[in-house]
Amino acid sequence: MKRSNWIKYSTAMVIPALLLLVFSLGAPHKAQADENPRVIEITAKRFGFTPNQITLKKGETVKLRLTSEDVTHGFFLRPLKIDEEIVPGKTTELTLRPETAGTFTTICDHFCGVNHGNMKMTIVVE
Amino acid sequence: MQRSDRRSFLKMAGTSLGIGVLYTAVPAAAASGEIGEMFDFTGKKNGERVTPFTFVQLSDAHVGFNGPPDPLGTKAFERAVEMINQLPQQPDLVLFTGDLTHDSEEKDVHAQRMKQFLGISCRMKVPKIMYVPGEHDAGLDGGTLYREFLGESNYSFDHRGVHFIALDNVSRAKPEVGPEQIAWLKKDLARFPKSAPIVVFTHRPLFDLKPEWEWFTSDGDEVMDVLSPYENVTVLYGHIHRDHEQEQGHVHHYAARSLIFAFPDPENAPEKKPIPFDKDHPFKNLGIRMVHEKVGARPLLNSVAVEDVELTVREFSGINGVQQILKNPSL
Repeated sequence: MKRSNWIKYSTAMVIPALLLLVFSLGAPHKAQADENPRVIEITAKRFGFTPNQITLKKGETVKLRLTSEDVTHGFFLRPLKIDEEIVPGKTTELTLRPETAGTFTTICDHFCGVNHGNMKMTIVVE
Repeated sequence: MQRSDRRSFLKMAGTSLGIGVLYTAVPAAAASGEIGEMFDFTGKKNGERVTPFTFVQLSDAHVGFNGPPDPLGTKAFERAVEMINQLPQQPDLVLFTGDLTHDSEEKDVHAQRMKQFLGISCRMKVPKIMYVPGEHDAGLDGGTLYREFLGESNYSFDHRGVHFIALDNVSRAKPEVGPEQIAWLKKDLARFPKSAPIVVFTHRPLFDLKPEWEWFTSDGDEVMDVLSPYENVTVLYGHIHRDHEQEQGHVHHYAARSLIFAFPDPENAPEKKPIPFDKDHPFKNLGIRMVHEKVGARPLLNSVAVEDVELTVREFSGINGVQQILKNPSL
Protein backbone atom coordinates (compact mmCIF):
# COMPACT_ATOMS: atom_id res chain seq x y z
CA MET A 1 0.00 0.00 0.00
CA LYS A 2 1.32 3.33 -0.99
CA ARG A 3 1.87 5.82 1.80
CA SER A 4 -0.75 8.25 0.42
CA ASN A 5 -3.33 5.46 0.18
CA TRP A 6 -2.54 4.35 3.68
CA ILE A 7 -3.17 7.86 4.97
CA LYS A 8 -6.47 8.06 3.12
CA TYR A 9 -7.50 4.65 4.43
CA SER A 10 -6.51 5.49 7.98
CA THR A 11 -8.33 8.79 7.84
CA ALA A 12 -11.46 7.13 6.53
CA MET A 13 -11.41 4.65 9.41
CA VAL A 14 -10.27 6.86 12.22
CA ILE A 15 -12.56 9.83 11.79
CA PRO A 16 -15.78 7.79 11.95
CA ALA A 17 -14.33 5.90 14.89
CA LEU A 18 -13.58 9.14 16.68
CA LEU A 19 -17.04 10.43 15.93
CA LEU A 20 -18.51 7.23 17.25
CA LEU A 21 -16.45 7.57 20.39
CA VAL A 22 -17.57 11.15 20.93
CA PHE A 23 -21.24 10.23 20.52
CA SER A 24 -20.82 7.15 22.65
CA LEU A 25 -19.60 9.32 25.49
CA GLY A 26 -22.41 11.86 25.24
CA ALA A 27 -25.37 10.14 23.72
CA PRO A 28 -26.07 7.45 26.29
CA HIS A 29 -26.18 10.09 28.95
CA LYS A 30 -28.85 12.04 27.10
CA ALA A 31 -30.72 8.95 25.99
CA GLN A 32 -30.72 7.74 29.56
CA ALA A 33 -32.15 11.09 30.70
CA ASP A 34 -34.93 10.99 28.10
CA GLU A 35 -35.80 7.36 28.47
CA ASN A 36 -35.55 7.21 32.22
CA PRO A 37 -36.43 10.66 33.44
CA ARG A 38 -36.73 11.52 37.07
CA VAL A 39 -40.21 10.65 38.28
CA ILE A 40 -42.02 12.91 40.71
CA GLU A 41 -45.21 11.77 42.38
CA ILE A 42 -47.76 14.48 43.13
CA THR A 43 -50.98 13.87 45.01
CA ALA A 44 -54.00 16.13 44.80
CA LYS A 45 -56.50 16.34 47.63
CA ARG A 46 -58.92 19.09 48.40
CA PHE A 47 -57.52 21.78 48.65
CA GLY A 48 -53.83 21.28 48.06
CA PHE A 49 -51.08 19.31 46.34
CA THR A 50 -48.45 17.14 48.02
CA PRO A 51 -45.67 18.09 47.74
CA ASN A 52 -46.67 21.71 47.34
CA GLN A 53 -43.32 22.65 45.79
CA ILE A 54 -40.94 20.84 43.45
CA THR A 55 -37.66 21.99 41.96
CA LEU A 56 -36.63 21.12 38.42
CA LYS A 57 -33.51 21.87 36.46
CA LYS A 58 -33.74 23.85 33.28
CA GLY A 59 -33.54 21.43 30.35
CA GLU A 60 -34.14 18.41 32.59
CA THR A 61 -36.73 15.93 31.43
CA VAL A 62 -38.99 14.85 34.28
CA LYS A 63 -42.07 12.75 34.50
CA LEU A 64 -44.86 13.90 36.82
CA ARG A 65 -47.24 11.21 38.06
CA LEU A 66 -50.41 12.86 39.25
CA THR A 67 -53.06 11.16 41.37
CA SER A 68 -56.12 12.31 43.30
CA GLU A 69 -57.19 11.11 46.72
CA ASP A 70 -60.73 12.42 46.46
CA VAL A 71 -62.40 14.20 43.54
CA THR A 72 -61.33 15.26 40.05
CA HIS A 73 -58.78 18.04 40.12
CA GLY A 74 -57.03 20.07 37.46
CA PHE A 75 -53.32 20.71 37.02
CA PHE A 76 -52.83 23.90 35.07
CA LEU A 77 -49.76 25.97 34.34
CA ARG A 78 -49.99 28.26 31.34
CA PRO A 79 -46.26 29.14 30.94
CA LEU A 80 -45.30 25.45 30.67
CA LYS A 81 -48.40 24.62 28.60
CA ILE A 82 -49.69 22.17 31.19
CA ASP A 83 -53.43 21.55 31.33
CA GLU A 84 -54.30 18.15 32.79
CA GLU A 85 -57.15 16.46 34.62
CA ILE A 86 -56.46 14.28 37.65
CA VAL A 87 -59.28 11.76 37.94
CA PRO A 88 -59.61 9.63 41.08
CA GLY A 89 -58.46 6.04 40.51
CA LYS A 90 -56.28 6.99 37.56
CA THR A 91 -52.70 8.18 37.24
CA THR A 92 -52.09 11.10 34.95
CA GLU A 93 -48.54 11.03 33.59
CA LEU A 94 -46.96 14.13 32.26
CA THR A 95 -43.47 14.50 30.79
CA LEU A 96 -41.96 17.93 30.64
CA ARG A 97 -38.62 19.57 30.06
CA PRO A 98 -38.76 23.20 31.14
CA GLU A 99 -36.52 25.49 29.15
CA THR A 100 -37.11 28.63 31.16
CA ALA A 101 -35.95 29.23 34.70
CA GLY A 102 -38.38 30.76 37.14
CA THR A 103 -40.95 30.15 39.84
CA PHE A 104 -44.33 29.08 38.54
CA THR A 105 -47.66 28.66 40.28
CA THR A 106 -49.64 25.62 39.23
CA ILE A 107 -53.34 25.68 40.06
CA CYS A 108 -56.21 23.25 40.23
CA ASP A 109 -58.49 24.49 37.47
CA HIS A 110 -61.20 21.89 37.91
CA PHE A 111 -63.66 23.31 40.41
CA CYS A 112 -63.45 21.04 43.43
CA GLY A 113 -65.22 22.81 46.25
CA VAL A 114 -65.42 25.76 48.51
CA ASN A 115 -61.69 26.44 48.83
CA HIS A 116 -60.84 25.51 45.26
CA GLY A 117 -59.56 29.00 44.54
CA ASN A 118 -56.61 28.46 46.86
CA MET A 119 -55.49 25.05 45.60
CA LYS A 120 -52.07 25.51 44.09
CA MET A 121 -48.44 24.41 44.18
CA THR A 122 -45.12 25.86 43.10
CA ILE A 123 -42.77 24.58 40.43
CA VAL A 124 -39.30 26.09 40.64
CA VAL A 125 -37.09 25.78 37.57
CA GLU A 126 -33.41 26.51 38.27
CA MET B 1 -76.30 57.36 4.42
CA GLN B 2 -72.69 58.22 4.21
CA ARG B 3 -70.18 55.80 5.54
CA SER B 4 -68.91 58.17 8.16
CA ASP B 5 -72.42 58.53 9.59
CA ARG B 6 -72.52 54.89 10.49
CA ARG B 7 -69.69 55.37 12.87
CA SER B 8 -71.71 57.33 15.35
CA PHE B 9 -74.83 55.40 15.88
CA LEU B 10 -74.86 54.00 19.35
CA LYS B 11 -73.04 54.61 22.56
CA MET B 12 -73.11 52.43 25.59
CA ALA B 13 -72.35 54.04 28.85
CA GLY B 14 -71.28 52.44 32.09
CA THR B 15 -72.16 54.19 35.32
CA SER B 16 -70.96 53.43 38.80
CA LEU B 17 -74.05 52.99 40.89
CA GLY B 18 -72.24 52.69 44.13
CA ILE B 19 -72.69 48.99 43.67
CA GLY B 20 -73.01 47.50 40.26
CA VAL B 21 -72.64 49.15 36.91
CA LEU B 22 -75.29 50.90 34.92
CA TYR B 23 -74.91 50.85 31.17
CA THR B 24 -76.80 53.15 28.89
CA ALA B 25 -77.21 52.38 25.23
CA VAL B 26 -77.87 55.72 23.57
CA PRO B 27 -77.71 56.88 19.99
CA ALA B 28 -74.55 58.90 19.78
CA ALA B 29 -75.70 60.74 16.70
CA ALA B 30 -78.82 62.12 18.34
CA ALA B 31 -77.30 65.53 18.78
CA SER B 32 -76.37 65.76 15.14
CA GLY B 33 -79.84 65.01 13.89
CA GLU B 34 -78.80 61.87 12.11
CA ILE B 35 -80.52 59.51 14.46
CA GLY B 36 -83.59 58.71 12.42
CA GLU B 37 -81.51 57.90 9.38
CA MET B 38 -79.25 55.68 11.43
CA PHE B 39 -82.15 53.87 13.03
CA ASP B 40 -83.51 53.18 9.60
CA PHE B 41 -80.14 51.86 8.54
CA THR B 42 -79.74 49.56 11.51
CA GLY B 43 -83.39 48.64 11.57
CA LYS B 44 -83.03 47.20 8.11
CA LYS B 45 -79.85 45.39 9.04
CA ASN B 46 -80.72 44.07 12.48
CA GLY B 47 -84.47 43.67 12.27
CA GLU B 48 -85.02 46.09 15.12
CA ARG B 49 -84.08 49.69 15.50
CA VAL B 50 -81.75 50.60 18.32
CA THR B 51 -83.43 52.91 20.76
CA PRO B 52 -81.96 54.30 23.98
CA PHE B 53 -82.16 52.19 27.06
CA THR B 54 -80.21 51.43 30.20
CA PHE B 55 -79.22 48.22 31.87
CA VAL B 56 -77.35 47.26 35.00
CA GLN B 57 -74.63 44.70 35.53
CA LEU B 58 -74.37 43.06 38.94
CA SER B 59 -71.99 40.30 39.88
CA ASP B 60 -70.70 37.91 42.50
CA ALA B 61 -73.19 38.16 45.34
CA HIS B 62 -72.06 34.78 46.77
CA VAL B 63 -75.22 34.42 48.82
CA GLY B 64 -74.43 31.99 51.63
CA PHE B 65 -70.79 33.01 51.98
CA ASN B 66 -70.10 33.61 55.63
CA GLY B 67 -66.36 33.56 56.07
CA PRO B 68 -63.80 36.29 56.45
CA PRO B 69 -63.22 38.93 55.29
CA ASP B 70 -66.86 39.75 54.82
CA PRO B 71 -69.15 40.00 57.84
CA LEU B 72 -71.94 41.67 55.88
CA GLY B 73 -73.51 38.67 54.19
CA THR B 74 -76.09 39.89 51.71
CA LYS B 75 -76.09 43.54 52.81
CA ALA B 76 -74.15 44.84 49.81
CA PHE B 77 -76.40 42.91 47.45
CA GLU B 78 -79.52 44.21 49.16
CA ARG B 79 -78.14 47.72 49.04
CA ALA B 80 -77.56 47.37 45.31
CA VAL B 81 -81.16 46.30 44.84
CA GLU B 82 -82.39 49.32 46.80
CA MET B 83 -80.21 51.67 44.77
CA ILE B 84 -81.43 50.26 41.49
CA ASN B 85 -85.01 50.70 42.63
CA GLN B 86 -84.27 54.33 43.50
CA LEU B 87 -82.78 55.19 40.13
CA PRO B 88 -84.55 58.11 38.50
CA GLN B 89 -84.49 56.20 35.26
CA GLN B 90 -85.37 52.56 35.73
CA PRO B 91 -83.16 50.25 33.71
CA ASP B 92 -84.76 47.96 31.16
CA LEU B 93 -82.81 44.97 32.36
CA VAL B 94 -80.25 43.67 34.81
CA LEU B 95 -77.48 41.29 33.79
CA PHE B 96 -76.08 39.21 36.66
CA THR B 97 -72.68 37.81 35.74
CA GLY B 98 -72.43 34.78 37.97
CA ASP B 99 -71.62 33.56 41.47
CA LEU B 100 -75.13 34.36 42.56
CA THR B 101 -74.61 31.89 45.38
CA HIS B 102 -71.73 30.35 47.27
CA ASP B 103 -71.39 26.64 46.71
CA SER B 104 -72.24 23.96 49.22
CA GLU B 105 -71.59 20.23 49.22
CA GLU B 106 -75.16 19.72 50.40
CA LYS B 107 -77.68 20.21 47.65
CA ASP B 108 -80.42 21.32 50.05
CA VAL B 109 -78.19 24.02 51.48
CA HIS B 110 -77.21 25.22 48.04
CA ALA B 111 -80.86 25.24 46.96
CA GLN B 112 -81.74 27.30 50.01
CA ARG B 113 -79.02 29.79 49.07
CA MET B 114 -80.39 30.02 45.54
CA LYS B 115 -83.88 30.70 46.94
CA GLN B 116 -82.46 33.40 49.18
CA PHE B 117 -80.63 34.94 46.23
CA LEU B 118 -83.76 34.99 44.09
CA GLY B 119 -85.80 36.42 46.98
CA ILE B 120 -83.50 39.45 47.03
CA SER B 121 -83.00 39.67 43.26
CA CYS B 122 -86.73 39.63 42.60
CA ARG B 123 -87.18 42.79 44.66
CA MET B 124 -85.71 44.73 41.76
CA LYS B 125 -88.39 46.64 39.92
CA VAL B 126 -86.83 45.83 36.60
CA PRO B 127 -88.73 44.23 33.74
CA LYS B 128 -86.05 41.73 32.87
CA ILE B 129 -83.29 40.14 34.97
CA MET B 130 -80.95 37.81 33.11
CA TYR B 131 -78.34 35.54 34.69
CA VAL B 132 -75.32 33.43 33.91
CA PRO B 133 -73.79 31.04 36.43
CA GLY B 134 -70.44 31.34 38.15
CA GLU B 135 -68.32 28.39 39.19
CA HIS B 136 -69.72 28.63 42.72
CA ASP B 137 -73.23 28.17 41.27
CA ALA B 138 -72.50 25.42 38.79
CA GLY B 139 -68.97 24.05 39.16
CA LEU B 140 -69.76 21.15 41.49
CA ASP B 141 -72.88 19.74 39.83
CA GLY B 142 -72.36 20.78 36.20
CA GLY B 143 -75.07 23.42 36.52
CA THR B 144 -77.93 21.07 37.47
CA LEU B 145 -79.19 23.14 40.39
CA TYR B 146 -78.74 26.39 38.47
CA ARG B 147 -80.84 25.11 35.58
CA GLU B 148 -83.55 23.88 37.95
CA PHE B 149 -84.00 27.43 39.18
CA LEU B 150 -83.07 29.60 36.22
CA GLY B 151 -83.18 27.54 33.04
CA GLU B 152 -80.47 27.26 30.44
CA SER B 153 -77.09 28.73 31.27
CA ASN B 154 -76.35 29.95 27.75
CA TYR B 155 -78.84 31.72 25.55
CA SER B 156 -79.32 34.91 23.61
CA PHE B 157 -81.96 37.55 23.17
CA ASP B 158 -82.46 40.86 21.42
CA HIS B 159 -83.36 44.03 23.20
CA ARG B 160 -84.05 47.26 21.37
CA GLY B 161 -81.71 46.39 18.56
CA VAL B 162 -78.84 45.12 20.72
CA HIS B 163 -78.07 41.40 20.66
CA PHE B 164 -77.28 39.96 24.10
CA ILE B 165 -75.47 36.64 24.49
CA ALA B 166 -75.17 34.73 27.77
CA LEU B 167 -72.08 32.49 27.73
CA ASP B 168 -71.48 29.80 30.32
CA ASN B 169 -67.77 29.27 31.05
CA VAL B 170 -68.16 27.48 34.40
CA SER B 171 -70.50 24.47 34.12
CA ARG B 172 -67.85 22.18 32.66
CA ALA B 173 -66.04 22.54 36.02
CA LYS B 174 -63.00 23.87 34.18
CA PRO B 175 -62.72 27.46 32.96
CA GLU B 176 -63.92 26.78 29.47
CA VAL B 177 -66.85 27.36 27.17
CA GLY B 178 -66.58 24.09 25.29
CA PRO B 179 -66.89 23.17 21.60
CA GLU B 180 -70.67 22.71 21.65
CA GLN B 181 -71.30 26.18 22.98
CA ILE B 182 -68.79 27.71 20.56
CA ALA B 183 -70.64 26.01 17.69
CA TRP B 184 -73.89 27.40 19.07
CA LEU B 185 -72.34 30.86 19.29
CA LYS B 186 -71.29 30.76 15.63
CA LYS B 187 -74.79 29.74 14.63
CA ASP B 188 -76.37 32.36 16.85
CA LEU B 189 -74.30 35.16 15.34
CA ALA B 190 -74.59 34.04 11.73
CA ARG B 191 -77.75 36.06 11.05
CA PHE B 192 -76.21 39.34 12.15
CA PRO B 193 -74.30 41.84 10.07
CA LYS B 194 -70.78 42.58 11.22
CA SER B 195 -71.88 45.99 12.46
CA ALA B 196 -74.53 44.64 14.84
CA PRO B 197 -74.24 45.83 18.44
CA ILE B 198 -73.49 42.78 20.57
CA VAL B 199 -73.20 42.45 24.33
CA VAL B 200 -71.77 39.19 25.68
CA PHE B 201 -72.14 38.52 29.39
CA THR B 202 -70.32 35.73 31.10
CA HIS B 203 -68.61 34.95 34.40
CA ARG B 204 -64.91 34.53 33.78
CA PRO B 205 -62.76 36.78 31.63
CA LEU B 206 -62.47 35.45 28.09
CA PHE B 207 -58.78 36.35 27.96
CA ASP B 208 -55.72 35.56 30.07
CA LEU B 209 -56.04 38.21 32.74
CA LYS B 210 -54.19 36.29 35.48
CA PRO B 211 -54.11 32.55 34.73
CA GLU B 212 -52.36 31.63 37.99
CA TRP B 213 -55.33 33.17 39.82
CA GLU B 214 -57.68 31.28 37.50
CA TRP B 215 -58.69 34.53 35.85
CA PHE B 216 -58.98 33.18 32.32
CA THR B 217 -61.04 30.96 30.03
CA SER B 218 -58.94 28.23 28.46
CA ASP B 219 -60.78 28.33 25.12
CA GLY B 220 -61.38 32.07 25.31
CA ASP B 221 -59.27 32.55 22.17
CA GLU B 222 -61.69 30.39 20.21
CA VAL B 223 -64.61 32.46 21.48
CA MET B 224 -62.78 35.62 20.50
CA ASP B 225 -62.16 34.19 17.02
CA VAL B 226 -65.93 33.96 16.65
CA LEU B 227 -66.59 37.41 18.08
CA SER B 228 -63.74 39.35 16.53
CA PRO B 229 -65.21 39.73 13.01
CA TYR B 230 -68.02 41.73 14.62
CA GLU B 231 -67.21 45.37 14.97
CA ASN B 232 -69.23 46.32 18.03
CA VAL B 233 -68.80 43.80 20.77
CA THR B 234 -68.82 44.45 24.49
CA VAL B 235 -68.04 41.63 26.93
CA LEU B 236 -69.20 42.01 30.53
CA TYR B 237 -67.92 39.62 33.15
CA GLY B 238 -67.42 39.17 36.90
CA HIS B 239 -65.35 36.62 38.82
CA ILE B 240 -62.40 38.89 39.59
CA HIS B 241 -64.21 41.01 42.19
CA ARG B 242 -62.75 44.25 40.93
CA ASP B 243 -62.93 46.71 38.05
CA HIS B 244 -61.05 45.93 34.92
CA GLU B 245 -61.15 47.14 31.35
CA GLN B 246 -59.44 45.51 28.41
CA GLU B 247 -59.46 46.25 24.71
CA GLN B 248 -58.89 43.37 22.33
CA GLY B 249 -59.27 44.35 18.70
CA HIS B 250 -62.91 45.29 18.17
CA VAL B 251 -63.91 43.74 21.47
CA HIS B 252 -64.01 45.57 24.77
CA HIS B 253 -64.10 43.72 28.07
CA TYR B 254 -65.36 45.15 31.36
CA ALA B 255 -65.41 43.49 34.76
CA ALA B 256 -67.87 44.43 37.49
CA ARG B 257 -67.07 44.59 41.16
CA SER B 258 -68.32 42.00 43.57
CA LEU B 259 -71.18 42.29 46.05
CA ILE B 260 -69.34 40.38 48.77
CA PHE B 261 -65.61 41.22 48.96
CA ALA B 262 -62.89 42.59 46.71
CA PHE B 263 -59.70 41.13 45.34
CA PRO B 264 -56.55 43.23 45.00
CA ASP B 265 -54.84 44.37 41.84
CA PRO B 266 -52.98 41.31 40.56
CA GLU B 267 -50.21 43.52 39.25
CA ASN B 268 -49.28 44.57 42.77
CA ALA B 269 -50.45 41.74 45.00
CA PRO B 270 -48.26 38.68 45.54
CA GLU B 271 -51.22 36.50 46.42
CA LYS B 272 -54.88 36.19 45.63
CA LYS B 273 -56.22 37.19 49.00
CA PRO B 274 -59.35 39.27 49.56
CA ILE B 275 -58.85 42.88 50.51
CA PRO B 276 -59.39 43.17 54.29
CA PHE B 277 -62.78 44.36 55.43
CA ASP B 278 -62.91 47.98 56.52
CA LYS B 279 -65.60 48.37 59.17
CA ASP B 280 -65.60 52.13 58.77
CA HIS B 281 -66.26 51.77 55.03
CA PRO B 282 -68.16 48.52 54.79
CA PHE B 283 -68.91 48.78 51.08
CA LYS B 284 -65.48 49.94 50.09
CA ASN B 285 -64.25 48.29 46.89
CA LEU B 286 -67.63 46.72 46.35
CA GLY B 287 -68.61 48.95 43.52
CA ILE B 288 -68.48 52.40 45.05
CA ARG B 289 -66.45 54.26 42.55
CA MET B 290 -66.21 57.97 43.08
CA VAL B 291 -63.98 59.11 40.27
CA HIS B 292 -64.95 62.70 39.61
CA GLU B 293 -67.23 65.15 41.25
CA LYS B 294 -67.45 66.91 37.98
CA VAL B 295 -65.81 66.79 34.64
CA GLY B 296 -65.31 70.08 32.90
CA ALA B 297 -68.32 72.29 33.50
CA ARG B 298 -70.74 69.43 33.88
CA PRO B 299 -71.60 68.53 37.46
CA LEU B 300 -72.48 65.02 38.47
CA LEU B 301 -76.17 64.93 39.15
CA ASN B 302 -78.59 62.23 40.04
CA SER B 303 -78.82 61.26 36.45
CA VAL B 304 -76.12 60.05 34.15
CA ALA B 305 -74.08 63.13 33.51
CA VAL B 306 -70.46 62.66 32.75
CA GLU B 307 -68.79 61.03 29.85
CA ASP B 308 -65.68 60.07 31.69
CA VAL B 309 -63.83 57.55 29.61
CA GLU B 310 -64.27 56.87 25.95
CA LEU B 311 -63.94 53.16 25.85
CA THR B 312 -64.71 52.24 22.32
CA VAL B 313 -64.07 54.10 19.12
CA ARG B 314 -64.26 52.37 15.80
CA GLU B 315 -63.66 54.03 12.53
CA PHE B 316 -65.98 52.28 10.15
CA SER B 317 -68.47 50.55 12.38
CA GLY B 318 -72.05 51.24 13.20
CA ILE B 319 -71.31 52.11 16.78
CA ASN B 320 -69.34 55.09 17.83
CA GLY B 321 -68.32 53.55 21.07
CA VAL B 322 -68.81 52.49 24.59
CA GLN B 323 -68.55 55.29 27.01
CA GLN B 324 -68.16 54.81 30.65
CA ILE B 325 -70.14 57.38 32.52
CA LEU B 326 -69.65 57.79 36.20
CA LYS B 327 -72.23 58.93 38.65
CA ASN B 328 -72.13 60.27 42.15
CA PRO B 329 -72.23 57.22 44.43
CA SER B 330 -74.16 59.17 47.05
CA LEU B 331 -77.23 58.77 44.86
